[in-house]
Amino acid sequence: MESADLKLDGNALGGLLGEIFVSEMTVARSTCAACGAVREVGALAVYAQAPGTVVRCPGCDAVLLRIARGEGRIWLELRGVSCLELRTGS
Amino acid sequence: MSFVTRGFRGRRRETDESGRVPPGQYRTDDFPVLSAGPTPHTPLAEWSFTIASESGEELARWSWEELRALPSETVTVDIHCVTKWSKLDTTWEGASVDTLLAGIETDAAYVTAWSDGGYTTNLPLEDVTDGKAWVAFGYDGEPLDPEHGGPARLLVPHLYFWKSAKWVRGLRLMDDDDPGFWESLGYHLYGDPWREQRYWGD
Repeated sequence: MESADLKLDGNALGGLLGEIFVSEMTVARSTCAACGAVREVGALAVYAQAPGTVVRCPGCDAVLLRIARGEGRIWLELRGVSCLELRTGS
Repeated sequence: MSFVTRGFRGRRRETDESGRVPPGQYRTDDFPVLSAGPTPHTPLAEWSFTIASESGEELARWSWEELRALPSETVTVDIHCVTKWSKLDTTWEGASVDTLLAGIETDAAYVTAWSDGGYTTNLPLEDVTDGKAWVAFGYDGEPLDPEHGGPARLLVPHLYFWKSAKWVRGLRLMDDDDPGFWESLGYHLYGDPWREQRYWGD
């Protein structure tokens, strides 16, 4: 199996991010702190076959955000996102 | 009395009576592939393994050929992934970390392993010495597949397998325990499967 088989797109994040954020996150737009690319979360590269979920920039492979969960807790790290644009619905 | 009949248990997992499967784990005969990013494919001609000081000073370095020329060991060990699978009697070939650290004087108490692709993991120095850890380049009699961490991965079978860093390129000797990729995101600093040290506070 090649690593491409382990890579999902950001739409796979809808449920997990929906537990954390009020907004619909797959249409949120994130700015990569490493290369500056702005993309919808649904278009990001997701590696979920791991102890946590790792979301990377599809352009430069930098880690944008990481999420782990266990025993009633969620850990969220957003160091690789320099800006997150959320839809408010109004 | 159980309200769940045998037919409704979902996927059946192998039970194990050997006493070798830690609490909360199930035994698998597969070898699941886990990855936090794309698989690196560093050419062997550009590959090296480095022992560095905490400040980054290079203390020792081996090319691929030099590493393969070191004495190697074949070990058969059980491995335990924090995602709850355990695999018994896995056979690896590699160079002992003792061999790599021989001749290096250090007062360090910890090491941080680093890998191609940016992965890191932290371990006490005493957990990678005295025959407890290897830089493994062979699995089951074959060269280690890239999907399982080839050309070489760290092998520290007595700790959860996230400590056995895939695509490892070096060890940095550290005075203090510096949380690595998963250890900085809720996962336990040490990761003993027999004490179920999965998360912070376990």
